[in-house]
Amino acid sequence: MTVANLRQSQTEARLDAVALPENAGWSQAARKDALTRVRAMGLPQRRDEYWKFTRPDTLTQAEAPEAALFTVDERAIFDDVDRLKIVFVDGAFDADASDDLSADGVTIERLADAGRTDIHWAKDIYGVLEQRGQDPVHRPLAALNTAAATDGIIIHVTGAPTRPLNLIYRHESTTSDAILHHVIKLDAGAELTLLENGPAAARLNDVLEVDIGDGASFHHVRTQGRDYERREATHVFARLGTESRFKSFTMTANGTMTRNEYVIELTGDDAIAHVAGTSMGDGDFHHDDTVFVTHDALRCESRQVYKKVLRNGATGVFQGKILVKAGAQKTDGYQISQSLLLDGDSQFLAKPELEIYADDVICSHGSTSGAIDEDALYYLRARGVPKAIATDLLTMAFLAEAVDEIEDFALQDEIKLLLEGWLERRRG
Amino acid sequence: MLEIKNLHVDLEDEDKSILKGVDLTVEAGKVHAIMGPNGSGKSTLSYVLSGRDGYKVTGGTATLEGVDILSMEPEERAAAGLFLAFQYPVEIPGVGNMTFMRTALNAQRKARGEDEMSAADFLKLIRAKAKELHIDADMLKRPVNVGFSGGEKKRNEILQMALLEPKMCILDETDSGLDVDAMKLVSDGVNALRDAGRGFLVITHYQRLLDHIKPDFVHIMSDGRIIKTGGPELAVEVEKNGYADILAEVA
Repeated sequence: MTVANLRQSQTEARLDAVALPENAGWSQAARKDALTRVRAMGLPQRRDEYWKFTRPDTLTQAEAPEAALFTVDERAIFDDVDRLKIVFVDGAFDADASDDLSADGVTIERLADAGRTDIHWAKDIYGVLEQRGQDPVHRPLAALNTAAATDGIIIHVTGAPTRPLNLIYRHESTTSDAILHHVIKLDAGAELTLLENGPAAARLNDVLEVDIGDGASFHHVRTQGRDYERREATHVFARLGTESRFKSFTMTANGTMTRNEYVIELTGDDAIAHVAGTSMGDGDFHHDDTVFVTHDALRCESRQVYKKVLRNGATGVFQGKILVKAGAQKTDGYQISQSLLLDGDSQFLAKPELEIYADDVICSHGSTSGAIDEDALYYLRARGVPKAIATDLLTMAFLAEAVDEIEDFALQDEIKLLLEGWLERRRG
Repeated sequence: MLEIKNLHVDLEDEDKSILKGVDLTVEAGKVHAIMGPNGSGKSTLSYVLSGRDGYKVTGGTATLEGVDILSMEPEERAAAGLFLAFQYPVEIPGVGNMTFMRTALNAQRKARGEDEMSAADFLKLIRAKAKELHIDADMLKRPVNVGFSGGEKKRNEILQMALLEPKMCILDETDSGLDVDAMKLVSDGVNALRDAGRGFLVITHYQRLLDHIKPDFVHIMSDGRIIKTGGPELAVEVEKNGYADILAEVA
């Protein structure tokens, strides 16, 4: 079979296994269009350049590979945060576990209700930002998501809700295959903090489209569940207006396969976009962070800060690109990706890229891979700090630059607790 | 307090011996100084005693209050009461100075079977000690030694010493990189810790430091051995005539 034929047959096999909605109301046209696009692109193949470091097969195969459930008896993240909870279990909305979906300054609806309600503004975003993000690099899993998403949250932020929204994902079936698609529109000057946590399913395909109006702010903090066997492909598509702000932080721990893509477009002058992540792999885990930031306006700032702690055969991947379009003068772009390899069995694969068509910009990128600093370790031990604790202290210090990207100190502390817990459980 | 007998040490990675039979006893309440030309093995002695990797002990012993320290991990030596003030204190980005010191103090207390100190008590203690050494609150908040001047780094070492209250203090060229005022401040800090129960080993190139921290004994080290021992007058002689005379006299 030729490569093209293989791609086509695998794509059809996957499409056969998903339920394409018949009457999805306002989202129907976008879904139909996305289906055509998925067929034209085909799902990713192992030889695709964009999937050079990550095998797509388990993300694209017709059925989700089984994933054992992972139960821990410990405090859940964000438990102390006053938030509005929206719960999905294996991709299905759980009304009983969720709070009432109403709050000042925001309207919250469900994608699954699209056949019954008309949300005209969402038509301008659903599948639209995703489609804009298909050029110059194809992201077929995101198009598949637009075509086949079964549910998700459609959020319109008109003011500044006092509480963050928290999407909580639970995984209770070993074979669940969830496709969720969220859309967020922030009006000019609006503000929203979105929290996400938990393993959504045995396999999750998740898309988040965020349209950020002029002067609006979007803060996003998510932790991907500690389940060892879960698999997920996520895409965040963000479009930023003038003087708007986008900040997103992801903590990835364990998980057989994780691919997190960001596609960020700075379309208004003086906008700021920061994406950061910490990834903790201990064992046969694969964490891929793939980021594409496009500067298409004046004086915008973007930062990408990724830190990965790897041991026992874990693989970390970072593909990060900053594209500065002609005319995007005074761009300030920064990108750093670093790995801390705690043993010789782990690997970090990085592909940092800059593509610049403006002549008055500051862009820097760096990528490093290293072990614990022996001098610092000795210094700490010489002061009486046992080796295991000293190693954890230095590991937390390594992660700090990424964690510090979270603006809210209480949320920062939540993430630090989680990271420290992860390290503590692995002390020799 | 500290008893070193016929200590032989090689570099681990190369076939090179650095210490070739060091004998030295530091009694509680006394200050011993070691002087010697570059490459004589002074700093190696301090590293080996504190447990740094990269050295191989090929003979001899070192005990602290009669207990063998050479077989201990660095953190065990610290908990047993040994402290090395580093010649080049290490910068640790991302670890706050205060967190570092509290972690160290509580780790030592825990190792000795004592209760850990509460955050509030620690804060009170560290503020009082810092004030004596003219260390401001900002230095306590910053990451360990990051962006500190040479003098600040050395004062930070002495602050750790004051906080941890070790039994045996080794100062490795604590005077290097210090101006006159900083040297006085550091020396005052050390002198404040002089106590009948505590021993000091001060490694230095210059007599200057010994004007401030008055030693009971001065040893001259050369080619991995202590070749001469005397009183404070020996340091004055070195300052005046250099090492050549002493080396010639012993040879």
